[in-house]
Amino acid sequence: MVLPVIKVEDKIIDDGLDKGMEKLTQDRIENVIDQVMSGETGARLKAYVETCVHCGLCSDACHAYLSRDRDPKFSPAGKVKRTMSVILKKGGKVTPAFIRDASEIASTECNACKRCAMYCPFGIDPAYIMLVVRRICHLCGVTPLYIQDTAHSHAVTQNQMWVKEDEWIDTLQWQEEDAREEMPNLRIPLDKEGADFMYSVIGPEPKFLAGLIYQAAYIFNVAGLNWTMPSFPGWDNSDMAMYTGDNEIMGRNKRFHFEAAQRLKVKRIVMGECGHAFRSVYDMGNRWLSWAMPPVPMVHAIEFYYELLTTGKIKVKEKYKKSVTLHDPCNVVRGRGLHEKARYVINELCEDFREMHPNREHNYCCNAGGGVINCGPPFKNKRVANNRVKAKQCADTGAEILITPCHNCHSGMEDIVLGYKLDMHVKFISDIMYEVMEKPEIG
Amino acid sequence: MVDSVNWDWTTGEKLVSDINEWKASYNWVEEPYASPDGEKVAAIVNTDEAEFNVCENGKAWEIEAPFEKAWCLRFSPDGRLTVIASMDSAWTVVADGEPWEESYDFVWDMRFSEDGKTIAAAAQQEGEYMMVKDGVPWENSFGFITCMALSPGGENTAATVQTVPLGQAEVFKFQKGCYTAAVNGDAWDKNFVNVWNMSFSPDGSKLAAEVRLNLYDYTIVVDGQPWEQTFGCVWEPIFHPEKGTVVSPVRTAEGWTIAEDGNIIWDSRFAQVWHQKISPDGNKLAAIVATEFGRWTVAVDGKAWGVTFGDMVTDAVFSPDSSRVACIGTENQIYKIVVDGKVWNSEFDMIWKPVFSPDSKDVIVKIEKDGKRTFALNNKIWNRMCDEVWDPVFSPDGSKILCRTVEDGKYYRRIVPVSEF
Ligand code: SF4
Ligand code: SF4
Ligand code: SF4
Repeated sequence: MVLPVIKVEDKIIDDGLDKGMEKLTQDRIENVIDQVMSGETGARLKAYVETCVHCGLCSDACHAYLSRDRDPKFSPAGKVKRTMSVILKKGGKVTPAFIRDASEIASTECNACKRCAMYCPFGIDPAYIMLVVRRICHLCGVTPLYIQDTAHSHAVTQNQMWVKEDEWIDTLQWQEEDAREEMPNLRIPLDKEGADFMYSVIGPEPKFLAGLIYQAAYIFNVAGLNWTMPSFPGWDNSDMAMYTGDNEIMGRNKRFHFEAAQRLKVKRIVMGECGHAFRSVYDMGNRWLSWAMPPVPMVHAIEFYYELLTTGKIKVKEKYKKSVTLHDPCNVVRGRGLHEKARYVINELCEDFREMHPNREHNYCCNAGGGVINCGPPFKNKRVANNRVKAKQCADTGAEILITPCHNCHSGMEDIVLGYKLDMHVKFISDIMYEVMEKPEIG
Repeated sequence: MVDSVNWDWTTGEKLVSDINEWKASYNWVEEPYASPDGEKVAAIVNTDEAEFNVCENGKAWEIEAPFEKAWCLRFSPDGRLTVIASMDSAWTVVADGEPWEESYDFVWDMRFSEDGKTIAAAAQQEGEYMMVKDGVPWENSFGFITCMALSPGGENTAATVQTVPLGQAEVFKFQKGCYTAAVNGDAWDKNFVNVWNMSFSPDGSKLAAEVRLNLYDYTIVVDGQPWEQTFGCVWEPIFHPEKGTVVSPVRTAEGWTIAEDGNIIWDSRFAQVWHQKISPDGNKLAAIVATEFGRWTVAVDGKAWGVTFGDMVTDAVFSPDSSRVACIGTENQIYKIVVDGKVWNSEFDMIWKPVFSPDSKDVIVKIEKDGKRTFALNNKIWNRMCDEVWDPVFSPDGSKILCRTVEDGKYYRRIVPVSEF
């Protein structure tokens, strides 16, 4: 199949970057870099950058490099060379224009997906370096506009989408009411102290995809589970502050999240199908607060569906007929090793599962993750163009349905499907589970 | 605080209501709540399609028309049964079957004063936000409200409010400060980038909050005035009950510690400090701390206990005589009680906040083990395993414990002598 060519603008205008750069002074840049190098990172970062021998073994790992005709500037080492290497070489004496470009590179050309890190013989993690670059840019006040706005939303509301407290509760009650047409005694129990688990979602669910909450509630009610959702902030597990480098807001959000669970006295938190949120609750956010592991165990939806199917709490009435393929989300596959469970679940639910290649922990990133899609419309063409290799990977499966158990992947893959005119539809696992499960008779 | 002197401390066992029987009268019965004195048990019940009521000791409230929706059923500390309910598509608070006069497009975050006499909630009316205290809304409303607070004595309400409207992605306007706190609807005259976690002084006359001055500098504000010092991060401020000073965890370059009115008062630095508590006599300060990455405990006056936990430490509480501290420590998802740095050997699947006896000698907790709930007193588990129990209450003389339980679906009120455990 011949894929259409996506044109990328030569110069992308973004107020967050451009106006941020105008306000930035040389002094501030040097202070920030000194603060980060001496107080926050230093040794690990220097070792990474100094150890890199530019062998290029990681280049083929990066979807951006592969998708942009192997242009070395999109290779992992190339992105480091254009950002952190210069900062180190110049001892932090870089210009506001440099910081602007570094921010664009780190925030929109790298997904911090860590695929490259798997192939580096020295164990260098370019994703880590890109996140340090973002941290420096955050402290310089130069971050792409839309993701900065999202970080502000996290700071004010503790959710990603400026969802107000009443809107959240109202949405849950409205989904509960709708679902009662299908299951008259269905409940979305709010603030039920001592329930077995708290279900947490990401901000876009109440905002745009409330049907997913309906589906989850339906599945949990059919399975007869003792669960709850908080009526108060802390319900959103997502985290764009983690990706803008605003670690303080990242930590604050995770504190809200875990303390919601502690207050509700639940034994674990089950989260919806999201990749980056998993990284935030399982790795970065909790650790910033000094919780080495999530203080209340986190169970990703894939693991939970696996549990529901293997224990027989959810039974399949008739398997899904259409051919499906799976996009393995980096954060739950490389970050948590859920690939085999995902395959078990999909094979239980679907008749015709087709692998894309490469797959499992070797899967290419969707190029939406790591906050890239959250940088918004200005960078959309670049994002789609930078993942031509993913489009090809999907097209080669010939599947009708593309399953992505991750929100950012989901939206990113929809753009890829549309941009490259692929004949497929993107779905979450829960869409299919809800469709094929045994449902109780109403009556 | 609520005075329990007049409660029945003599009747050993009372079967208050058989909740199983309620189930025959309703389509469903939601999770039950017990009154503080244990004499009542209640639940939201579904009476018909989209029709709800509250059932108390087996009897439904006599209300003019069923509620269209009802949630957040709670007993106030003084024993009033309270729920947030909607009637004719409008929401209000209903206490003992009596709704507030005014209703709103939405009501949430119901809270009580310590004596239970005052009820407050957040409300939204036509997209405008305010707090409502005992049915009386703020005169001013705002485009956004969060972090609601009610003073312990019920005198005043406060919340973070938005005072400058923000369009989509107006990040630079946001960074100039669009939020502040409002007390009884009156906003402070200074705006901040963010305002979180407010706390009233014990008499309700002063308000402290965490703020972010720009994207990077954090501090504490008291009645609108920020501390001179700024920090890399701060957590919830509290007022010193005796001195009237404000005490908060703050993050310095060397680590987390405690500051009072902006000045650091602990010599020690930790990987984390939060949930600080001042002893009832005002002489000690305890907080939950991480002594190093991933190791949690309690520190009293900056000195950490020797025992640490890997998952978390929660629910630290001082004894009434200020001499002791109890908390919950979790390691590998096993929950344990720690009192004064010593760990009880019993292991649980869940533990609720420890409760000290009035003389500070005994500690009792609500626990869960193997799917059953009961109490553990001074490391001894009660012999009765229940479907549900509520926080235990000591009699004023400390010799007896009020145990509120559900066993085989029946709700019991029991008075158990401490010696019987
Ligand atoms: S996008 Fe992924 S593979 Fe490419 S440089 Fe970033 S972390 Fe490495
Ligand atoms: S594989 Fe490692 S050493 Fe080689 S270019 Fe990539 S990061 Fe550098
Ligand atoms: S959005 Fe999905 S695939 Fe993409 S980085 Fe996240 S987890 Fe990876």
